[in-house]
Amino acid sequence: MTATTTAPAAAPGTHPAPRRSSDRLRAWAARGPLLPALIFMIVVTQLPFVATLVISFLDWNSLYPDARGFAGFANYQEVLTDADLRRSVWTTVLLTVGVVLASLVLGLLLALLLDRRFRGRGIVRTLLIAPFLVVPVAAALLWKHVLYNPEYGLLNGLLHYVGGPQPDWISNTPLLAVQTALVWQWTPFMMLILLAGLQSRDQQQLEAARVDGASDWQIFVHITLPHLRRYLELGALLGSIYIVQNFDAVFTLTSGGLGTANLPYTVYQTFYQAHENGLASAAGVLVVIGSIVIATFALRVVSSLFREEVSRA
Amino acid sequence: MSSNAVRTRGRFRGGAGLGLVAWLAGIVFFLPIAWMALTSFHSETDAATNPPSFAAALTLDGYREFFGADGGASPWPALINSAVASVASTLLVLLLALPAAYALSIRPVKRWTDVLFFFLSTKMLPVVAGLLPIYLFAKNAGLLDNIWLLVLLYTSMNLPIAVWMMQSFLAEVPVAVIEAAQIDGARLPTVLARVVAPIALPGIAATALICFIFSWNELLFARVLTGVVAETAPVFLTGFITSQGLFLAKVCAASLVISLPVLAAGFAAQDKLVQGLSLGAVK
Amino acid sequence: MHTQSRWRPPRAALAAAAAGTLLAPLLSGCWVGAGGAGSGGDSVNVLMVNNPQMVELQKLTAEHFTEKTGIKVNFTVLPENDVRDKISQDFANQAGQYDVATLSNYEIPIYARNGWLKEMDSYVADDPGYDQPDVLEPMRRSLTGDDGKLYGQPFYGESSFLMYRKDVFEREGLTMPARPTWRQVADLAAELDGAEPGMKGICLRGLPGWGEVMAPLTTVVNTFGGTWFDEDWNAGLDSPEWQQATKFYVDLVREHGESGAPQAGFAECLNNMTQGKVAMWYDATSAAGSLEADGSPVRGKVGYAPAPVEKTESSGWLYTWAWGIQGASRNPDNAWKFVSWASSKEYEQLVGDEIGWSNVPAGKRASTYANPDYRAEAAAFQEMTKEAIERARPDDPGVQPRPAPGIQFVGIPEFTDLGTRVSQEISAAIAGRQSVESALRKSQQLAEEISEEYEGR
Repeated sequence: MTATTTAPAAAPGTHPAPRRSSDRLRAWAARGPLLPALIFMIVVTQLPFVATLVISFLDWNSLYPDARGFAGFANYQEVLTDADLRRSVWTTVLLTVGVVLASLVLGLLLALLLDRRFRGRGIVRTLLIAPFLVVPVAAALLWKHVLYNPEYGLLNGLLHYVGGPQPDWISNTPLLAVQTALVWQWTPFMMLILLAGLQSRDQQQLEAARVDGASDWQIFVHITLPHLRRYLELGALLGSIYIVQNFDAVFTLTSGGLGTANLPYTVYQTFYQAHENGLASAAGVLVVIGSIVIATFALRVVSSLFREEVSRA
Repeated sequence: MSSNAVRTRGRFRGGAGLGLVAWLAGIVFFLPIAWMALTSFHSETDAATNPPSFAAALTLDGYREFFGADGGASPWPALINSAVASVASTLLVLLLALPAAYALSIRPVKRWTDVLFFFLSTKMLPVVAGLLPIYLFAKNAGLLDNIWLLVLLYTSMNLPIAVWMMQSFLAEVPVAVIEAAQIDGARLPTVLARVVAPIALPGIAATALICFIFSWNELLFARVLTGVVAETAPVFLTGFITSQGLFLAKVCAASLVISLPVLAAGFAAQDKLVQGLSLGAVK
Repeated sequence: MHTQSRWRPPRAALAAAAAGTLLAPLLSGCWVGAGGAGSGGDSVNVLMVNNPQMVELQKLTAEHFTEKTGIKVNFTVLPENDVRDKISQDFANQAGQYDVATLSNYEIPIYARNGWLKEMDSYVADDPGYDQPDVLEPMRRSLTGDDGKLYGQPFYGESSFLMYRKDVFEREGLTMPARPTWRQVADLAAELDGAEPGMKGICLRGLPGWGEVMAPLTTVVNTFGGTWFDEDWNAGLDSPEWQQATKFYVDLVREHGESGAPQAGFAECLNNMTQGKVAMWYDATSAAGSLEADGSPVRGKVGYAPAPVEKTESSGWLYTWAWGIQGASRNPDNAWKFVSWASSKEYEQLVGDEIGWSNVPAGKRASTYANPDYRAEAAAFQEMTKEAIERARPDDPGVQPRPAPGIQFVGIPEFTDLGTRVSQEISAAIAGRQSVESALRKSQQLAEEISEEYEGR
């Protein structure tokens, strides 16, 4: 480490050493600090997927240990014609988009409220971020058993006082029930990001706009919103990364029933209930391919986050 | 000074009503947690009534049960495992992410955006699809039920986000400061520790907090890869669910205790979190 | 995958410096000793479902088992769905993390066929105090492998029966027939609906899961004359009998059943029954212990009747949570000592003395039903329970010959997946999100995939 980094990095370009080797050294010096993290990620995240790829070509049901064999593309054929899997793709999209949009909008409203000064602002902010800090599986259990339960849940308990109906929340609107629980958890996170964005606005610019007689709405549309774009994108990106993968909430709230099985749950179910390792791996590989396609688009959007830095570099 | 006063007054106009709205929103969002806390102090039968028993007698039975009084399992091993996994993986993440972020921002390598995208893209791969190979590897390597395997996996889970966040914080560090230090002969670790880290500290703190939260919360890997020795707190929590009999008060007590470290850390560091999440733009 | 353990960073110094002290010892395996899988020495690892009987066992073990034998028992307790996933993973891979696990009479024969379990005949022979012949015949038979050897010992067993509120029946001037039919039960449910404010006629499970809604529903299908598969593996879910039975079940629970039925399992129904929100409940015989426990508001008010029938003589299911010892266990002898203690008469006596006779893990030994203490405490239901278990016919539960054993399940590995997927369709029908016809049409397709694999086997 010492040999590769210090000497050339200390004074880049000042040594009139032989050009080629100096260039190479400099390149490695620059890459050096990056390598541990990069290699770590490749080993821990890419190798398992190579193994998944291999398994996806096997006919392997763990309940028939003796019947393991090469299956060719049979697993892929089965996955592609599986209506459940297609449905779970759609469920995943609905779940992710719904939760991210709703929590971004709610988070923005809350952030705008919190950006004002009022009595007890610190307490309100503390109250608001609490849902993000509850362990997700605890939150899912809380919603399922303590809030949604049609017999003794708090929601119906409160409705009872006003003589309202006693709906069975999870059965009547299963996906919405999962989404609501997730929105409750993620809104605080979005709010924090957007609050950070609001507080990083150029105060002098705002001041100037006010002096020029701009209305609150005009300031919001022309100054705040453009400034918040990066933060909205950041929130949307981080939110979708985590909600696409959501497993705890679906597993706990509905066990994938009533049309709420998303992709992670469906793959999990194929592994653990059907014990079809080959089939599950094939589904996993297809999900990976799909993710890469979507990620490429998503990251292109995100790249606007780096535009400034790119120009700087 | 005078313009500041104008702004403040402007903000107070109509502020009272909106402040009330904010309070209301805060209460609505907090209500489920408050109710969970109240339920955790009720007896199991009082916890499962309709209409809800707001004024039922309070008891510590739920907590007693959670802490394994009268012969039940003690939660401490699970809590300690969670602490080890979260703290160790967070440290490891910082150790790996800081130099990487340095190479992606302060002295950007060629095609650094591609590298950054690679890191981020690993977050988009579905975790479940890798579960079986990881399980089989762990089994053959004798790493099943070993908390250090979780440390590694949590590191890989959080590293992309950490690299990405820190990259944007470090981008704010003036290059001149670093060059000055390097001309004085400081090596990279020294530069990182003495020059870069202090400037990027709020960002690093926010990153660490987020990594800690996500590691503490993780369930899927822990459920599949641990057993009697390395069981983590969220897995222990799911153990209170039963398909036979009442468990609300117990589960509420357990949920609260297990969320406590994260709640405490989050409440204490909320200013840092806001600062850190602003991508280094707040100065 | 193995490359990872042998992996050395290309620029060793660099990576080792960065990854620090954590990575290197881990990868070279020094830490394995700290956590390593499986139990060693004088300890046994037990993976079990979180049911009250198991939790009591956990609480009694240290004082009454470890103290005497010196064998430490490490328990992992998980809810039913989670525990099944974990057991199948550990046993299928023979990872040996757990020496003993709670398995049901569904899994035991299948696992035994795959060689994942230790046979218990030799242990039983050397352990006369265990008194194997005392174990009820249907239990013993359902835990026997294809090779005729024993692979599991029951912890507690159950059948299903109908529980009803005697006091409400009396007030409404109704009587429960000695051997009710489902149609009589449906009429009674209609009469009882609203007998008290907020009281529904009957509680029936609607929660998705092959062991949840599918268990009671399959017994209804059996007695209506339907079957999952006929002798030649033809799937029968589109048969008129299935249609009729499913429609009956769904209509009954939708019209006169508990609120929140699509999410109601055993626990929810138990709560409904205890809180007086339903007048009848068709479920496991093991529920009676909770209904008659001290402090239960309905203690002494509940009557018990055999599982309702239509075309068969009896229709109760047969289920047991039993102990299986993993083939890869490093400590099978200690594991057996634990199993032998947990399933013994002495343990039942211990629970009776320490916790109460209504909490005894019953339904597995003939001697339990001869015990005067138990008979006194469980007078309301013990006779009915024993009869239900003895009348259960796992090999011939319906009106036609079956290709695989099982009353409320089909004893083939594919059933967990099939049953779960079908249960999700049924649950959706109970929620009113689709018709019974459409639920069964989809279910039939799922079952036909399995027919194709089995036909001609």
